[in-house]
Amino acid sequence: MRKVAIIGVGMTKFGELWDKSLRQLLVESGLEALEDASEKRTLRGKDIEAAYIGNMSAGLFNEQEHLAAMLADYTGMTEGNRPATKVEAACASGGVALYNAYLAVASGRYNIVAVCGLEKMTDLLSGSVTDALVSAADREYEAFYGVTFPSLYAMMARRHMHDYGTTLEQLALVAVKNHRNGYYNPKAQFRRLITVEDVYRSPVIADPLRLLHCSPVSDGAATIILADAKTAKKYTDRLVYILACAQASDTLGLYNRKDLTTMESVVSASKVAYETARLKPKDIDFVEAHDCFTIAEIMAYEDLGFCEKGRGGKMIEEGLTEIDGEIPFNPSGGLKAKGHPVGATGVAQAVEVVLQLREEAEQRQVKGAKIGMSHNIGGTGSTAVVTIYGRDV
Amino acid sequence: MDFSPSREWREINARYRLESSMCERCGRIYYPPRDLCPVCRRKSIGAMKTITLPRRGEIVTYSVIHAAPLKGFEGRTPYIVAIVDLGGVRIQTLLTDCEPDEIEIGDEVEAVFRRIREDGERGVIHYGTIFRPVRMPKTSVHAH
Ligand SMILES: [Zn+2]
Repeated sequence: MRKVAIIGVGMTKFGELWDKSLRQLLVESGLEALEDASEKRTLRGKDIEAAYIGNMSAGLFNEQEHLAAMLADYTGMTEGNRPATKVEAACASGGVALYNAYLAVASGRYNIVAVCGLEKMTDLLSGSVTDALVSAADREYEAFYGVTFPSLYAMMARRHMHDYGTTLEQLALVAVKNHRNGYYNPKAQFRRLITVEDVYRSPVIADPLRLLHCSPVSDGAATIILADAKTAKKYTDRLVYILACAQASDTLGLYNRKDLTTMESVVSASKVAYETARLKPKDIDFVEAHDCFTIAEIMAYEDLGFCEKGRGGKMIEEGLTEIDGEIPFNPSGGLKAKGHPVGATGVAQAVEVVLQLREEAEQRQVKGAKIGMSHNIGGTGSTAVVTIYGRDV
Repeated sequence: MDFSPSREWREINARYRLESSMCERCGRIYYPPRDLCPVCRRKSIGAMKTITLPRRGEIVTYSVIHAAPLKGFEGRTPYIVAIVDLGGVRIQTLLTDCEPDEIEIGDEVEAVFRRIREDGERGVIHYGTIFRPVRMPKTSVHAH
């Protein structure tokens, strides 16, 4: 397998982007990535040999399928009739698109591949968004009984609190931290500081989770360009390498898991990623994690091996995951503050890791970051992608 | 979106009677029913026996949905969704005949047959098995 580098990154602002269409978001993030990659010589659209697009459900959100064809058409990839592929894995669609693009370059099939993540959720009215999102769970045996995504994570949270004494305050601190980081991210949906009391005062969505435990409904796109190491050096000297990228699966339904507080998919993907990169949790300088709900970040601390099972609540309480802590989590603001256009998230995480490793993250920069990780989850952890990145040194 | 009644009809045995599949090779039980045991795989073909789950079990976890309900559940908030353990098999369900502050993880529950929701005015009415707490017989109360 060849060494794979990320040579360019682009991302739209995340948020309620009423004036932007699906195709505009796609093109905007793609152009930014092309510009970003063109440090030493211009990377043209026609230099891209294949593209992957991660999208959960434009079919339900926008009544548009066949996004790969839209991507090829609107980015000029039809010149040369290059292949484009849409990848769906619920909220891990972006991460799975990245995984497939990584394989396509590592295997030697292509030298330059684009990976886009895209979701436009605000065209659909909020009542219908809940229904569209729950299609990432077991429709006939979870959603049939009125289950929503906040309630699935609320059930994990309640069990985590029951088994390990995790507190509502610890959960709230995750949202407070991520809003603090997002405050410094110009592309974040929410640039607003919140307090633990704000979390307690926000309306209950699915007890024990309140509104400020939940990531928002968002529009947005992100694009990264991958290339093999030799090709990469022709375009830029600011190289970030993918040291490992691993994907794993677990049951579709949450109810079918023996342990509701462990995502086996994350444990498994991170094990493979650590082994491939020959690294251990202590070698990682920061993590962009999938905090779709506050409990998900606490479980990520544990399942990625940064603490023992059940100690996640203590990690946030002790400040270990703050931006200046031992292992910063979500310097971008995470899904909570940066926004969560579901299919875009896995790619947007890669964008943030690259900016951090190039030391271009300005006021939210993790000092001296050399090794970064991203953790992207689909559904209740039915799919997970864990990726480790390293700066060229 | 409008769906054919066949979508509902084919799930009736599992939803109404808690029918599930037991792999006769390894003894594992699956709900909803499966045609293939994911552990024994090919060897389980033809060896998946239909059994019904016990109608009593206990609450593994639950959540009370106050806002952003699914379509068809709008008028019912707050409603309680729960995962219950029925003799080692876990299923997703709803809790009924109780208030959120009356239940805890580990409480015993029993199955009841109820209307779940309707697909609008012309659509199918969905029924299924949901659960209610098993109440201990009240100790006699002395009149004052
Ligand atoms: Zn079996």
